[in-house]
Amino acid sequence: MKVLVAVKRVIDAYVKVRVKADRTGVETTNVKMSMNPFDEIGIEEAVRLKEAGTAAEIVAVSLGPQACQETIRTALAMGADRGILVETDAPLQPLDVAKLLKAVVEAEKPDLVILGKQAIDDDASQTGQMLAGLLGWAQGTFASRLVIDDGRATVTREVDGGLETVSLAMPIVMTTDLHLNEPRYASLPNIMKAKRKPIEVKTPDELGVTVNPRIEVLEVVEPPKRQAGVKLATAEELVARLKEEAGVI
Amino acid sequence: MAVLVFAEHDNTELKPATLHVVGAARALGDPDVHVLVAGEACAPVAEAAARIEGVTKVLLADDPAYAARLAENVAPLIAARARGYGHVLAAHNAVGKNVMPRAAALSDAAQVSDIIAIKAPDTFVRPIYAGNAFATVRATDAVKFVTVRTTAFDPAPAEGGSAPIEAVEGPGDAGLSRFLGQEISRTERPELTSARVVISGGRGMQSGENFRMLEAVADLLGAAVGASRAAVDAGFVPNEYQVGQTGKIVAPELYIAVGISGAIQHLAGMKDSKVIVAINKDEEAPIFQIADYGIVGDLFTVLPELKAAIERSAGEP
Repeated sequence: MKVLVAVKRVIDAYVKVRVKADRTGVETTNVKMSMNPFDEIGIEEAVRLKEAGTAAEIVAVSLGPQACQETIRTALAMGADRGILVETDAPLQPLDVAKLLKAVVEAEKPDLVILGKQAIDDDASQTGQMLAGLLGWAQGTFASRLVIDDGRATVTREVDGGLETVSLAMPIVMTTDLHLNEPRYASLPNIMKAKRKPIEVKTPDELGVTVNPRIEVLEVVEPPKRQAGVKLATAEELVARLKEEAGVI
Repeated sequence: MAVLVFAEHDNTELKPATLHVVGAARALGDPDVHVLVAGEACAPVAEAAARIEGVTKVLLADDPAYAARLAENVAPLIAARARGYGHVLAAHNAVGKNVMPRAAALSDAAQVSDIIAIKAPDTFVRPIYAGNAFATVRATDAVKFVTVRTTAFDPAPAEGGSAPIEAVEGPGDAGLSRFLGQEISRTERPELTSARVVISGGRGMQSGENFRMLEAVADLLGAAVGASRAAVDAGFVPNEYQVGQTGKIVAPELYIAVGISGAIQHLAGMKDSKVIVAINKDEEAPIFQIADYGIVGDLFTVLPELKAAIERSAGEP
């Protein structure tokens, strides 16, 4: 079985994001970039499938500027076999990413495509579902467990009140939730080995896709700040304030 | 150009989230708001949708294929019905997030996710970077697919309308997926995302057992119980308790954070609450920077005191 995992380069989860003064977006110059944490979970799941003998090959795909090669290298160091970079400096929105990934999937013919449930930059949570729709495949979104058996995937999904389990005809698109697994750290020997693994570079043109953002970003601003309130000495005082001042209990 | 709202329900009851989405639909300024109810034997849901104030038509797609709202079956139905509408709206929760992007892609349309404000019928505000920035975006597609942060929009009144119900047919079962079952936490407490009061525990709670102290306070206040990601990762409580960027987004009247330091991830999920209370022994904890009321102290002392104080207060006139 072949597994394709999409990996996105995003501002590191522990960096304090700053809005640009000209309100066009957030500051990304000289900011630490990392793999989207949900995509790390995706790579980890693929590597575990390979270790269990279920998967034979893992392909990591990233889309964006040349620097996304670093993100692919991280995936290769974690255990992916080879990488594909769809290189473009154009701003990419989920629908375009889904169309580009569809073209990659049609060329690579994987049995399982894994994406993160959302990217921690745009927080859109769309690409996996869009890709599954365009491919006409089943989708196992917000997955916390995956079992593959006899041409079907059983996916346990995190839903609002708890968990839901679905049986899906392969091939499928799966998106990872937090508790699917805990990603490993790449070991030094594996980081060295990853440098020799191949990364193929393609352009949207070569894939026959015209990037065409449908959503215009008009402005990006800082959210309104909350003011710190008062510190109280006792629970008694708190209850009195909540009752009389705030009127919430 | 009417607005189509995708209803959330369990085949028996319409979920409150739908009232908020209808509220957002009315804020678009279009007088025609239709609700699509897809399910199996769900006529009572369609009747409830027809009574919502401001709803002008209900489309009822009753088919076993739609019983569990599987995206593979429901998205083609939404995409087929979407033609001719100006907007298709759903809640940005587990069902909406699963179904809507697939329906948008089938319609070759982009989606605007998780809107918190409407500036114009094509212009929306949405949080990005875990709520650390707000983006104002304009959707250029003919049919605008939008998911709505329900806590950001007032609900439409559940009664006051009398819309006609029209039966519609969809493409049915795509043959790709089957619903096997669900494990939903049984609780007498209100649902996290719609509760008026939420009390959440963090790593400071030290164990799942200690969450009973929170539950005791929650029951006095009619509150839902939540948790930080740290508490979920530590295994104190199940995943569905998690409040935060990657968990549930809540905005209750009162949010009480107990033993929660206030990681950005958590703040993204609760900082729009009306009144925030923080109880933490570390007076430098970031949670105090956004709390209206704070108590610096050991939660194992403060929680029983809080419970006693609420009980005394409830006894007073």
